[in-house]
Amino acid sequence: MAETPEEMFDLGGKVAIVTGSTKGIGRAIAEQMAALGARVVVSSRKADACDQVAAEINAALDGSAGEAVGIPCHILHREQCEALVQRTVDRWGRVDILVCNAALNPFLGSLRDIPDEAFDKTIDANIKSNVWLTNLVIPGMIERRDGVILIIGSTGGLRGTENLGTYAMTKAADMQLVRNLTVEWGRYNIRANCIAPSLVKTDMAKALWSDPRRLDIVNRSYPLQRIGEPDEVAAIAVALASRAGQWMTGQTIVVDGGMMAGSLVSEA
Amino acid sequence: MIPRMYDLSGKVAIVTGSTKGIGRSIAEQLAHHGARVVVSSRKADACDAVAAEINAKWVRGPAEAIAVPCHIGHKDQCRHLVDRTLAKWGQVDILVCNAAVNPYMGSLMEMPDEAFDKIMSVNVRSNIWLASMVGPHMKAQRDGTIIVISSTGGLRGSAVLGAYGLSKAADMHLVRNLTVEYGPYNIRSNCIAPALVRTDFARALWEDPQRYETAIRSYPLGRIGEPEDISGIAVMLASKAGAWITGQTLVVDGGAMAAIGRYA
Repeated sequence: MAETPEEMFDLGGKVAIVTGSTKGIGRAIAEQMAALGARVVVSSRKADACDQVAAEINAALDGSAGEAVGIPCHILHREQCEALVQRTVDRWGRVDILVCNAALNPFLGSLRDIPDEAFDKTIDANIKSNVWLTNLVIPGMIERRDGVILIIGSTGGLRGTENLGTYAMTKAADMQLVRNLTVEWGRYNIRANCIAPSLVKTDMAKALWSDPRRLDIVNRSYPLQRIGEPDEVAAIAVALASRAGQWMTGQTIVVDGGMMAGSLVSEA
Repeated sequence: MIPRMYDLSGKVAIVTGSTKGIGRSIAEQLAHHGARVVVSSRKADACDAVAAEINAKWVRGPAEAIAVPCHIGHKDQCRHLVDRTLAKWGQVDILVCNAAVNPYMGSLMEMPDEAFDKIMSVNVRSNIWLASMVGPHMKAQRDGTIIVISSTGGLRGSAVLGAYGLSKAADMHLVRNLTVEYGPYNIRSNCIAPALVRTDFARALWEDPQRYETAIRSYPLGRIGEPEDISGIAVMLASKAGAWITGQTLVVDGGAMAAIGRYA
């Protein structure tokens, strides 16, 4: 080989924060980023869960240059978001990649019936904390003229829903947030994108897939005939954080087994 | 080492229009991630030269590149392209429909019928031909990826590229329809829609420095695209990473669509 082409999916030397990363999609993102060489902050509410997952990621690295560390954070509390970013900078000097994955859904049912407290909590966790966190990491990204922000949205934010109305509204807002971050900070080479999965096999969505009969109906409604795995959503996020995603920003990437594209059943 | 989620070892890919620009970069990156790649465009000597360069510089693992010329406007040549691939490697896992034409710039209202027919047949119908030809093989192995290179031109009206935009919007619908028809066989179909990329194809839109300065004001990231900005996304879709994404159009545009009218 005359020269070694630069690797597309290398994250060597990068520092990433992934919120809600002790389980599900967030954990898969943290694992995959560390495997590609990133130094990754594993974060969720409970310190012991963060430490344990970070230790498991480190144990599985198998020679990769990556590293994981646990830093707990309840994203509903501004001072904890500040501490998360500060402790990351104290340890590794900067934040190159922020993945806003943590989200809440405290209420299932009609929008007509949601208590104000549940509404506010959903908005605060799923929108406001993302604005806090992005504002905390953006100054350093501007300085280095480089940064990646990823928000895990949902196909729920693309259509009406019978019992997830507020959650879906926050996910639609996340899609707008990345467009706005693009307009405000794109000139400093900061890329911001949203990943919108449909149903993925995670604890958060367990109520929607744990019943085998229900799962069978859902599976058959997707063109690919199955719900998603955390790794399949994570790998899209990880690619966007790498050189492969360096000209992509302000977009929402729907990862949904084909659900949004069309139905296998005639709708005519 | 090829990263696990983006490993294409054992895969066979056909990339149309792959002697230059975006198609060439995709062929290079597919080979670099382990795929055996068919380099294709109209001219045999250009295909041979690019396949040789890929073999010298880009292949990794079991990868290899061969040249099979094809004018995608001719159905028999499309058939030959797929048959030659199957004869050589016995399978086809990845189809990248990248070749396209734009023989006319100007108002859609004044466009000659011949130019319209040519755009629609090459940019849309040829992709249907190729998808229908690889489909049975992908169905049989219950695995396959089809990627169509579309354009943000298919998402907004244009004063001078109306029919080209129509054909690119049709490609976005094509992948939705392929998703419904092929999805149950684990065949994923997606579009990548770039904005302006530094290629020969789009040279008229970026070569003049003054025009370039005006153009980049539409892009929050402050630059037009390079072919490598597109090819990594194609590898992502073609690999295990893209196993659950289908029927989508991935806009890769330096932020232009998110900021319409805001940066001019």
